[in-house]
Amino acid sequence: MAFKIDVQNLNLFYGEKQALFNVSLGLPASQTTALIGPSGCGKSSFLRCLNRMNDVVPNLHLEGKVLLDGKDIYDPSVDVVDLRSHVGMVFQKPNPFPRSIYENVAYGPRIHRLFKDKSALDQIVEKSLTRAGLWDEVKDRLQQAATRLSGGQQQRLCIARAIAVNPKVILMDEPCSALDPIATAKIEELIDELREKFTLVIVTHNLQQAARISQKTAFFHSGYLVEAGETGELFTTPKDERTQGYITGRYG
Amino acid sequence: MRSLWVERCAKVFFFLCAVGTVLISIGIVVSLLGETFRFFARVSVFDFLFGLTWAPHTLPSGEEVGFGAIPLFTGTLLITSIAMAIALPCGTLIAVYLSEYARPSLRQVFKPLLETLAGIPTLVYGFFAITTLAPFFQSLGDTLYITLSSESALIAGLVMGIMILPYMSSLCEDALHRLPHSLREGSVGLGATASETILRVLLPAAFPSLIAAFLLSLSRAIGETMIVVMAAGLAANLTFNPLEAVTTVTVQIVNLLTGDQEFDNTKTLAAFGLGFVLFILTFFLNILALYGIKRHRRIYG
Repeated sequence: MAFKIDVQNLNLFYGEKQALFNVSLGLPASQTTALIGPSGCGKSSFLRCLNRMNDVVPNLHLEGKVLLDGKDIYDPSVDVVDLRSHVGMVFQKPNPFPRSIYENVAYGPRIHRLFKDKSALDQIVEKSLTRAGLWDEVKDRLQQAATRLSGGQQQRLCIARAIAVNPKVILMDEPCSALDPIATAKIEELIDELREKFTLVIVTHNLQQAARISQKTAFFHSGYLVEAGETGELFTTPKDERTQGYITGRYG
Repeated sequence: MRSLWVERCAKVFFFLCAVGTVLISIGIVVSLLGETFRFFARVSVFDFLFGLTWAPHTLPSGEEVGFGAIPLFTGTLLITSIAMAIALPCGTLIAVYLSEYARPSLRQVFKPLLETLAGIPTLVYGFFAITTLAPFFQSLGDTLYITLSSESALIAGLVMGIMILPYMSSLCEDALHRLPHSLREGSVGLGATASETILRVLLPAAFPSLIAAFLLSLSRAIGETMIVVMAAGLAANLTFNPLEAVTTVTVQIVNLLTGDQEFDNTKTLAAFGLGFVLFILTFFLNILALYGIKRHRRIYG
């Protein structure tokens, strides 16, 4: 099976400290892959390697390959800015820019010059907000400050902002951890719909969430990828003792 | 019971502290107003605010003349504009560099250095103006065949700009550095470059604080005395030529109050009139700033 992103023998160091040990993991296209594991296990570090958000960290050192559609994203010839337009990211806390709802979604298309005229941009904004399930709620107040939306709406706006540049992959770093259950349910529903068009990778502490929304799950522990496989299988018949312990709540 | 008693006393004590500051402020304004009214009983408000000649003296007939403050206002405006024309762009750029581009180790050295510079007595900047900048500009003027007076608005404004620069850039740097890191990540995560992130996300987000920094620096420039006393001179010329000597409101206040003067002298009272104008000016600048910030907050949340 061809993977959208194929990570091969990834070792990650922060200075002397090694954060990831020889991780190899394939992320299938048009599927949601959940990364689970206790805090500090390296799952967020791993996620951030996939669009090189770690680049700014001083003393960072990385070995191995991360292939996006067969091309190594750490190859010196790769333009990071271009890479990030293909691999979008949604963060733990909703982080809309302190500007209007419209400008938030238009931001990506503007910097990447993805449209010809104003009406084309309007279309991108409407389409992205519709896909993020937010259009009906905000269509009459697009010029309003994005920061005045509720937390759940803000997070869906951030998803709309990420979709607007039409990425291949969307990375989500605990996107629901700051939200209430109703807002969480909406985001989960959204994730399930987005899967058809995008490849999704989501870090989550919520095991039920991982089970509900993902097709593939990877369990990290102390910087090692312990086990990865089809979500139903991993949750019902884990092969490793540590996975078993984590998903049954014995530790973590 | 005991703790309740302490709490009640503490509450009264803190209330008195708060009321005290407000009362003192009101007292200052009232006393300023009183002297100002005494001044305007002798010199008409119109002559003072719109008169074009500043040369306060008493005619043998007992008439008070030469209290036209326009040259002082234009002088203040000219010098302050020059100062802000330097401090605003340079201050913002320094702040952007320190906050967004400089390595953390470099920032740790430069930030305290800036704050130290901001605390240097302005007298020292005045010396710098007289001993270094003025001779330099004069020799520059000589080579270009331009006559430059040793005291000029340009030099005073330049030095004042240099004086405000650390203050301004330090405030702006604070404004940028306070922005949540998630904003930068959000922008960079969408494939924006560092400069796009700064121009399109960070500077707009920090805009209210940047305006506040600008206005704080501006009121410091308007109220600045020592540098202009030393570098700008006393000549109340009505001009917008930065190469000529001008004087400012603050310099004239100093000038009017220097020496053994009685407080019922018209010249002394004129200082209060000028002080009142300065007060009103900075007061409305601050109101304007607060209004702008509020408006901005309403739009950007």
